Amino acid sequence: MPDLFSPALIMLVAALAIGPARGHVRTAVLLLAPLLTLWAIWQVPDGVQGTVRFLSYNIEPVEGSALRRLFATVFALMVFVGGLYAYRLARWYELAAAYAYAAGAIGVCFAGDLIVLFLYWELMALFSTVVVWCGGTPAARAAGIRYAIMHLLGGVILKVGIEGVLISTGSIEIRPMLATDFNTWMILCGILINAAAPPVSAWLADAYPESSPTGSVFLSAFTTKTAVLVLILLFPGEPVLIGVGLFMVVYGIIYALLENDIRRILAYSIVNQVGFMVCAVGIGTELALNGAAAHAFAHIIYKALLFMSAGVVIYRTGKTRCTELGGLYRTMPVTTICCIIGALAISSFPLTSGFTTKSLISLAAANQQMVWVYMTLTAASAGVFLHAGIKFPWFVFFQRDSGMRPKDAPWNMAAAMIIFAALCILLGIAPQWLYPFLPYPMEYEAYTAGKVVFYLQLLLFSGLAFFILLPLMKRTETISLDVDWLWRRAAPWLLRFCAQALQPVLAYSASTWHSLEALSKQLAVNYLGQPDTADSQERGLFARSWPIGATALWIVILLSAYVFIYYTD
Amino acid sequence: MSDTDSEDFLSKPQTIRRLWWGFSIVLALTVAAQLVIYVKGYFVVDGWFGFGAIYGFLSCLIMVLAAKGLGYVLKKPADFYQQDEDDA
Repeated sequence: MPDLFSPALIMLVAALAIGPARGHVRTAVLLLAPLLTLWAIWQVPDGVQGTVRFLSYNIEPVEGSALRRLFATVFALMVFVGGLYAYRLARWYELAAAYAYAAGAIGVCFAGDLIVLFLYWELMALFSTVVVWCGGTPAARAAGIRYAIMHLLGGVILKVGIEGVLISTGSIEIRPMLATDFNTWMILCGILINAAAPPVSAWLADAYPESSPTGSVFLSAFTTKTAVLVLILLFPGEPVLIGVGLFMVVYGIIYALLENDIRRILAYSIVNQVGFMVCAVGIGTELALNGAAAHAFAHIIYKALLFMSAGVVIYRTGKTRCTELGGLYRTMPVTTICCIIGALAISSFPLTSGFTTKSLISLAAANQQMVWVYMTLTAASAGVFLHAGIKFPWFVFFQRDSGMRPKDAPWNMAAAMIIFAALCILLGIAPQWLYPFLPYPMEYEAYTAGKVVFYLQLLLFSGLAFFILLPLMKRTETISLDVDWLWRRAAPWLLRFCAQALQPVLAYSASTWHSLEALSKQLAVNYLGQPDTADSQERGLFARSWPIGATALWIVILLSAYVFIYYTD
Repeated sequence: MSDTDSEDFLSKPQTIRRLWWGFSIVLALTVAAQLVIYVKGYFVVDGWFGFGAIYGFLSCLIMVLAAKGLGYVLKKPADFYQQDEDDA
């Protein structure tokens, strides 16, 4: 039976314990549970760990593989450092929800079949919504509802696909497939909704920035990256993913360039980075899948680091917009340096984790002779440096002097940021520590002089472009319309318009209904009498007392008719 | 307060000028490095001298201009949706 014990359950128990625990016990639960989970993750051997018969299905609660352990490891690591970052500031229910959300993500990592996968998938949707709601503002409540609707819809689409695959193949096993029929398309669409793929990517930039400064750190890590893992497991080499990924890459950059809210910039850059991974899954070679997995690992760390630095700024200043911030490097050196390291890592600057992981994806595209894919990914690498690598730290910590002199991060938040910043550099200078844990063995030299020179040219000249084009990027007090305009504005308009257009029809049908109602009431009174007629009063035709002889007469008539019909037939 | 603070190291015009000089030299060096270091191109063009520099600069230029152009259509006041909710 221990074989069937998913490491996710440790996290789930911790989530339940956070509420009742108090003081140091709660801190211990928060910090030890992820470490215990990490230990349990590395106890899961390869392959399916046992089967349970439920209804008529063979349920496989735990299945291990190098890829699954890799994702689960970075999730557990994320919870540990996120817990350290959040435990003094976040409310207990936000932490409990975040831990349950992480349990869902780790559960998905080890799910052996589509039913178990779906259950943990929905656990994530449920508790990530609670994390969004913990933002505590009316905007957070509204965004949380939109977020929940989108994810429940995604869940339904995924479930339709799973049911279809089960009926057509008779199997709920998790195995590579291609989107060739309705069922597999439904599964792919359900997963892509969680990956923030077009056309519904707006949920991410809508919801994440409304959560609390601590909540957004957790939100940045799990949903999109579990979607990447499931894409690697189910749809490696699905060609449509290349186009979807490239669209996400460019979309993320353009919207991040337009954006003023610091966490929304980071949210759009999640879409951009996940685009790299989705594209890699679409390429589908062993090198590309290694690239997707490695990049997801590195991405969770540097993205959380960037959200942590944004969280500290929001916690200390209460401001979330570039137009209100600036010059904070003077009093927030630790946050500034950690943010710059995260920004360099996301830009895949040499000596950071982004360089040693993203270059795997570019090389995979080059090896497959995909000129346009390679060129778009390379241009996007320059664009990432532009929107996240320079723009984000520049507008928050430098540009003009906002006059604010906030304190630097509290010790626990600083410690969390330093751990992740150190990991960004460690994976950059010693990628050989990560490569053996990737799903496929590979011979890859991360650093060659030519590659470093090429990337330095690419990135530094995009830096030059940033400072030359700075007047064009003046921040404005604006938001940018996304597809969510369709359901936030166009759909209510359409409903109101339809209601107005239907007004005459509704009025006519209402008057017809009223006259029909009056007629039926009149008939009822005629034949049945008033509802509260006293015994002494005259009653309606059918409500009257009739003499027994009348009844006998009717029976005689009916029986005669019966006999007549019976014999003439 | 801000007058004295704005005179700190990074805000001095002299420092900014020096930073621009330093940055320009680094840029020139990264391109010049290609004279001695072979950059392997996967598709011929990306091995050309200074390709990374020009490609990086131009892609950013195009992306910024595209964002600027789209901004005229997509950018709305920050309280755009709140206004709508108030109307409703």
